[in-house]
Amino acid sequence: MNAAARAPKTGKAAHQQSLLALYRTIVLVREVEQALSRLFANGEVPGFIHLSLGQEAISAGVASALQPQDSLTTTHRGHGHVLARGIDVEGFFKEIMGRAGGLCKGRGGSMHVADLSLGILGANGIVGAGIPIALGSAIAHAARKTGGVAVAFFGDGAMAEGVLHETLNMAALWKAPLLLVCENNGWSEFSPTSRQFAAKLEALAAAFGMAYEQVDGNDVTAVAEAARGATEALRAGRGPFVLECITHRVRGHYEGDPQKYRDANELQGLAAKDPLARTRDQLAQAGVSAADTERIDQEVLARVEAAITAARADAPPAFEDAASDVYTPATQEATP
Amino acid sequence: MSAIEMRYAQAVAQALRDSLEADERVMVLGEDIAAAGGSFKATRGLLEAFGPQRVLDTPISEASIVSAAVGAALSGMRPVAEIMFMDFITLAMDALVNQAAKARFMFGGQGNVPMVLRTPHGGGLSAGPQHSQCLEAWLAHVPGLKVVCPATPQDAYSLLRAAIADPDPVIVVEHKGLYGQKGMVEPVVGRIGEARIVRPGGDLTLVSYGATVAICLQAAQALAADGAQAEVIDLRSIQPWDRATVLASLARTHRAVVVHEAVTAFGVGAEIAATLSDEGFDELDAPVLRVGAPFMPVPFASSLEKGYAVSVEAVLAAARKTLN
Repeated sequence: MNAAARAPKTGKAAHQQSLLALYRTIVLVREVEQALSRLFANGEVPGFIHLSLGQEAISAGVASALQPQDSLTTTHRGHGHVLARGIDVEGFFKEIMGRAGGLCKGRGGSMHVADLSLGILGANGIVGAGIPIALGSAIAHAARKTGGVAVAFFGDGAMAEGVLHETLNMAALWKAPLLLVCENNGWSEFSPTSRQFAAKLEALAAAFGMAYEQVDGNDVTAVAEAARGATEALRAGRGPFVLECITHRVRGHYEGDPQKYRDANELQGLAAKDPLARTRDQLAQAGVSAADTERIDQEVLARVEAAITAARADAPPAFEDAASDVYTPATQEATP
Repeated sequence: MSAIEMRYAQAVAQALRDSLEADERVMVLGEDIAAAGGSFKATRGLLEAFGPQRVLDTPISEASIVSAAVGAALSGMRPVAEIMFMDFITLAMDALVNQAAKARFMFGGQGNVPMVLRTPHGGGLSAGPQHSQCLEAWLAHVPGLKVVCPATPQDAYSLLRAAIADPDPVIVVEHKGLYGQKGMVEPVVGRIGEARIVRPGGDLTLVSYGATVAICLQAAQALAADGAQAEVIDLRSIQPWDRATVLASLARTHRAVVVHEAVTAFGVGAEIAATLSDEGFDELDAPVLRVGAPFMPVPFASSLEKGYAVSVEAVLAAARKTLN
């Protein structure tokens, strides 16, 4: 987590430090996603993957507002969220490449990455399914008085799922410490969301009397500030909060998606909105030298390359280990 | 500890009360379970005793009730969710099948999902096609879930305590028609996966669970009048089921009939009959027969439901066919 990003802006140095921490996270997500794109094209990633390229600022900004006791659920497009939360990069690559040392022992893959020790209750292969799971986690935070909040990341495609509407209602009724983060990239898989969802999320939040804020999801400073405000309100017991981050999906729904349904002009215009380039601009404006950002680029790249090397060297998981672990072994059973 | 006489629904409430007292991580949630005390009064008195943070009335949102139980379980609680009628689990199948059942496995054993879903199945109340179904076979088919089905007040208590203590997701299937049944209850925690020989006998094994255990006992009495002694086994737990007890019984009797209220086709009885035909092949003196509901929705009118329900006569007919 980016502790520096949470520090109050008492001066130029603090501002530079928090912005650099956010930048480091954005670069990490960018490098990992680009590497996965190459690995997938090389046939080194089994199955299918959904990349969050172009949406990195949301992951970095929201994660910067979280504390160790907090929890989150994410989606099929969830690599950025778990990386920003601080997941082990080597274990992450091993999982997605189907290796024994993967965070989930190669049983879940890209759509099921989890690290319960970091409060990551899983990516999810079912659109919207993480939202009510995060609600349950928020209830647990309240019951256990952890002071924590639960975050449900979801895309605009999930706005049409019934469990979102059920969760908004229940979270509002119970004033649950639940932060609902919508990454609105305009696309519900292969269809524009304008053709899939008749309402606006803002109106939906208002219908349930819920706090709502919309931010430019490609502006990491704006996301971080909004997330900090939202989590502070949640920790103060002021009930659930909807944060809608407007962003753009740079890649297809899945890697290999030819995107014939998309207008070439839309894709060409995305470079000007690139969250990584915009963060670099913010760093330059804050007086950070190019040498400092390039050093971060190199450090992150080396970390990602080392993780990929380790993942390639790792063994595939053994079938027997998986088949014998469907239920909790008796030796691990907790007593009542 | 001494046994107390109570009704099946009271035994459920007592198990919840004792679990809430024993473990502060236990919480109960569902529709009308708190202030109203539950549709079948199986959660009566819990709100007053434990407060609204641990005994939680929910809106009519089955999918999110069960999903929230999964999330709470992954975050350190031991939630016990209620779905008012088993027919309504259709709305919560993603939470059960894709989330609860798989979280432990697909996260590489990092954690588990210690949640319980209580839900009543069963007909006999003219509740109609959407309030009477026995859908336990669906759940028993999903790796990662456990399914139990108590037939007595004692098991309603013991199996629910065991389910709440279990580290994995357990569905406790109660029977609407049994909630008023009285019996002696000792406050002991049961063991999931252990069947019970309700009535010993050497000529034929009747395997059942839930409300049809009583029908098997009636059939066994009628068979005794004919001079045949039927052994009646109450499975108590469907997933996992107690193969050892059933196979050992078959080794003594060499004949078996599986009886349940659920639809026969593709049901629990099919799994048991197939296992006995395979692992117990050398012991069999007759084909394993099944008695269950016909392949149709549960009808409403009493005359129709009477035709639909498993009868003592149907069990007797199958038993006699097996004995001949």
